[in-house]
Amino acid sequence: MINRRLHRLKKLIAQIIILVTGYWLLVTSGYAQSISSTELINNAKEYDGKTVVYEGEVIGDIMVRGEFAWINVNDGQNAIGIWLDKNLPADILYTGSYKFKGDWVEVTGVFQRACLEHGGDLDIHAQTIRKIRQGRQILERLNTSKRNLGLVLLGVLCLVWILRRLKLK
Amino acid sequence: MVLKPRLEDIKIIGYYLGKIILGLGLTMLIPIIIGLAFGEINPVLDFLIGIEITLIFGLILTKLCFTEKDLSWMQGMIVVSLSWLAATILGAIPLYLSGHWKSYLDACFDAMSGFATTGLTLAQNLDHISYAHNMWRHLIMFIGGQGIVIIALSFFVKGLSGAFRMYVGEARDERVLPNVINTSRFIWLVSMVYLILGTSALASVGILNGMKPVNAFFHGACVFMAAFDTGGFAPQSQNILYYHSLPYEVVTIAIMILGAINFKLHYHLWTGNRREILKNIETKTLFITIMLTFFITAIGLSRLGAYPKAIVLFRKGFYHLISGHTGTGYATIYAKQFINEWGNLALVGVICAMALGGATCSTTGGIKMLRIGIIFKALAQDIKRIILPERAIVVQKFHHIKEMFLEDKQARSALLITLAYLVLYGLGAIIGMLFGYPFLNSLFESTSAAANVGLSCGITSPNMPATLKLTYIFQMWAGRLEFMSVFTLIGFFVAAIKGKR
Repeated sequence: MINRRLHRLKKLIAQIIILVTGYWLLVTSGYAQSISSTELINNAKEYDGKTVVYEGEVIGDIMVRGEFAWINVNDGQNAIGIWLDKNLPADILYTGSYKFKGDWVEVTGVFQRACLEHGGDLDIHAQTIRKIRQGRQILERLNTSKRNLGLVLLGVLCLVWILRRLKLK
Repeated sequence: MVLKPRLEDIKIIGYYLGKIILGLGLTMLIPIIIGLAFGEINPVLDFLIGIEITLIFGLILTKLCFTEKDLSWMQGMIVVSLSWLAATILGAIPLYLSGHWKSYLDACFDAMSGFATTGLTLAQNLDHISYAHNMWRHLIMFIGGQGIVIIALSFFVKGLSGAFRMYVGEARDERVLPNVINTSRFIWLVSMVYLILGTSALASVGILNGMKPVNAFFHGACVFMAAFDTGGFAPQSQNILYYHSLPYEVVTIAIMILGAINFKLHYHLWTGNRREILKNIETKTLFITIMLTFFITAIGLSRLGAYPKAIVLFRKGFYHLISGHTGTGYATIYAKQFINEWGNLALVGVICAMALGGATCSTTGGIKMLRIGIIFKALAQDIKRIILPERAIVVQKFHHIKEMFLEDKQARSALLITLAYLVLYGLGAIIGMLFGYPFLNSLFESTSAAANVGLSCGITSPNMPATLKLTYIFQMWAGRLEFMSVFTLIGFFVAAIKGKR
């Protein structure tokens, strides 16, 4: 009888441990999932100093500053500055601009609401960076509707100009 | 008795409006050149369409309304207010064609924001916009800051009295030089010299910060144009935060302050009269109001512990305070951080700074320092009148380029314009609240629009109601022109409907 009760107690304790561990894993794995820039900016105090995973497109310049570098990563809502070792963005080939779709990267790092090192900027100090999708050059095709409209308007402009000159004479 | 406007009035207005539209059309050649240089095909087409439509309108107006008569005061004012509306509608064409604006209204919002040197934006996916369109966004700030009419005055208009009437209509009641056309040319000369110096300084900092040289120069030119003309657009979506650079912030602060100074004062500095800067009522008032509003902002930030160290608080607080006070709108924090982290007191400090603005005859918006100085001088005069014996003659003087005696009409005019601004700020705030935004948020955004600042606490977005977009467009327009031209235009339409022949 006592053995049976002991066995049940052990089973209960084991279940509680599994539940607590599972819950802890679930909570911590929340930060392992990528967080949007809007979520980070709107709840900056909550995430301040925590390790976060953030992903988006690298845009603009890679700005090397000594042993480190700045990149700006835009997730489609906002762009956030990422401070990282200058060797970390080595495999970034494309950065987003009018002619390029930038590489899509996943950054794991410490989120800073008002970074002391960088004059109070909201940024992420990257620990790791992983390229998820390679960017590409955006091939610009001539928009024929715009070209045709431009030609028609050019004709109208010439007509107005000629009529104006004729009437002046 | 109100008289109906004559056909001749409409012809004169149409003719000068046409000339200004022609001038505006020619400025679109600059983004076309930039687009060609960077091999951007479709953006070049956007500007070709824009320039063609603008020139067609300009040519038709100058032909149909041809006149050799000079402008009257009323006509000059109407030409100015209409030319700003025309510039907005026509300048928005290439923006809308780029596909970065959700609707034509959004493109018009940004065009007005650009011309009025406000800096609020509804652009989408700004980090992928072409060089040509980015140049246009900043160029319209440069054009608007100098004054759309000033372009026409400098190059197209020959009649001196009509030119002066348009010059005044564009909220510049002070002539740097005796001749208004020479004044316009001087304003351009100052701006071009600063453009070269400012662009070089920003480009150098950009290169040292690790930017590619081409981008560093392009960003330098764009940021200079928007900072000197106290505009606030930036080439990237993060605004000045994109650069993560203290030197970049320091250079932009210097340019913003230069932009907030009266062009008349620039002239005196250029001609060696450096003591004027210490004696001038505007610079003194600007210094005092910066100190006071920064004090309020710093206490607000400090009480909430928004920043962990005093030096960080100073860097963030002072930058945004100067940005707001000069009417620029450059930011190194995200819009939502104002509301979430800065707290009410710091926001009140920034709102006060935005509402006050910079110097008269500068590129800033807001009430302006000369008026604030005059109001306080008038208050001091009244207090002296009460304190001193009745028989005492109280004379109040102030120094603005020269020693001047304060007259009642100056105080009355300063108070009237101040009151008009306060009403405009309040009106926008009420409309914002009608759409469900909290009071302080609405007041912040409304003041930012009406004082042509451009700082945002997050209300301005492509998804905000169309009525609110139209409200801010109106505020930017009326605030930039300092009301008189706008009131004259409204009066003209009333006379056209209700007036007698």
